[in-house]
Amino acid sequence: MGEAIVVTSGKGGVGKTTTSANLGTALALFGKKVCLVDTDIGLRNLDVVMGLENRIVFDLVDVVEERCRPEQALVRDKRFDELYLLPAAQTRDKHAVTPDQVKRLVDGLKERFDYVIIDCPAGIEQGFRNAVAGADRAIVVTTPENAAVRDADRVIGLLEKEKIDPPKLIVNRVRPKLIKSGDMLDIDEVCQILAIDLLGVVPDDEAVIKAAQSGEPTVMNPNSKASVEFRNIARRILGDPVPLMPLEEKPTVWGKLRKFFGMG
Amino acid sequence: MAAAGHRVTIKGVRDGLVFILNDSCDFTELVEELRLKLEKTHQTLLSGPPVAVHVRFGRRAVTDAEKEEVLSVIRRQGNLIVKSVDCPRTQEAERDRIVLLRGVVRSGQVVRREGSVLFVGDVNPGGMLVATGDIYVLGALRGTAHAGADGDEQAIIAASYMRPTQLRIAEVVSRPADEWGVEDAYMEFAYLRDGRMEIDKLIRLPRVRPGGPAPL
Repeated sequence: MGEAIVVTSGKGGVGKTTTSANLGTALALFGKKVCLVDTDIGLRNLDVVMGLENRIVFDLVDVVEERCRPEQALVRDKRFDELYLLPAAQTRDKHAVTPDQVKRLVDGLKERFDYVIIDCPAGIEQGFRNAVAGADRAIVVTTPENAAVRDADRVIGLLEKEKIDPPKLIVNRVRPKLIKSGDMLDIDEVCQILAIDLLGVVPDDEAVIKAAQSGEPTVMNPNSKASVEFRNIARRILGDPVPLMPLEEKPTVWGKLRKFFGMG
Repeated sequence: MAAAGHRVTIKGVRDGLVFILNDSCDFTELVEELRLKLEKTHQTLLSGPPVAVHVRFGRRAVTDAEKEEVLSVIRRQGNLIVKSVDCPRTQEAERDRIVLLRGVVRSGQVVRREGSVLFVGDVNPGGMLVATGDIYVLGALRGTAHAGADGDEQAIIAASYMRPTQLRIAEVVSRPADEWGVEDAYMEFAYLRDGRMEIDKLIRLPRVRPGGPAPL
């Protein structure tokens, strides 16, 4: 019996879909059977980011409304042994399904897969309730910015009321320079306010944008820093206590020289 | 809702009179009826030799000023002598009743209590803690706190770490001025002085509020 993890945040644009895609892909790279579920009905993105857009025939709403069997809607990612995507519908909206329907669907998927990663839409209304319904665990994604932390706190408050394990935190799009200059929140401060266990700290990385544009999750690129951290997060989920990467960039020779001359 | 004529009940007892004041009706109407009864309708009862009066406020939570208003109306009748006042729910009594709460008040949550609150935990930005008495946060107050929510201007807000989004005491709302960021924000309390919000170190609380809360 697998486990269902919902990736949520409250705030839009902080990296839920990116995290879902990369986490799912990393778990598949480690040999697990993974199903990604996009619950952002009407504004689906997970398929685009995974590069599976043009292979969609049926979607979540078709399954719930019994126009097809769940297996028919699953899109297999040919790059891996066992990575599937259940896409959202693009033509309907979040009221097309109910939390109970999603829960039944996810329960069915859990019998076939080791991990069901549920990508939650932004917000705290129907879409959120749908996504959370089937989950065993939750990951809350935030960036080290006040607005994102407020929303994450709200969402954590809502999650604490559900029958779900205490959520874990991923701080995404971290820019060490801005933290040092005080223009981004310290990771410690974010953790103090949100008061949940930290799962990972992902640095801001242009490689992530490039990867999403080309439909290839960044974890497949061994060089990007974000990729390394997403893979570490997957390992932590699998029980391997990988330490966090140091945030500071190692000073290069050129950097040291500039500092010596008071220029950096 | 008390019908007209039933907000003030005057009963005879062995040593004088008992004034039983309805504790759920509007306060102004209560005082009006009291005045009416004393000045017009119960004249015969109230003229003559001095009479001892026991005043009972019931469960009504009154401010000191309101209590005084009622007593002065009674005292205006020359022969009435106020012997005892039973007023269990004065604002001081409210403030001294402290409720212990633990947890985190997260963004979007509002925790409201009657009396004073000792909150062990953080109040996050976007979260709100409301009390009719004082508020003591043993943790970080990063959200909003509203003390004296029913109008008690003597209420205070204290916090181990005072970095609120907004503070309210009674009707006064205050946003932290830029100066607050300069202080270290540890172990401070907020109070009203002349209708304006002030912040001081918690150690100075006995100096600012010598009467209470809960003096040694």
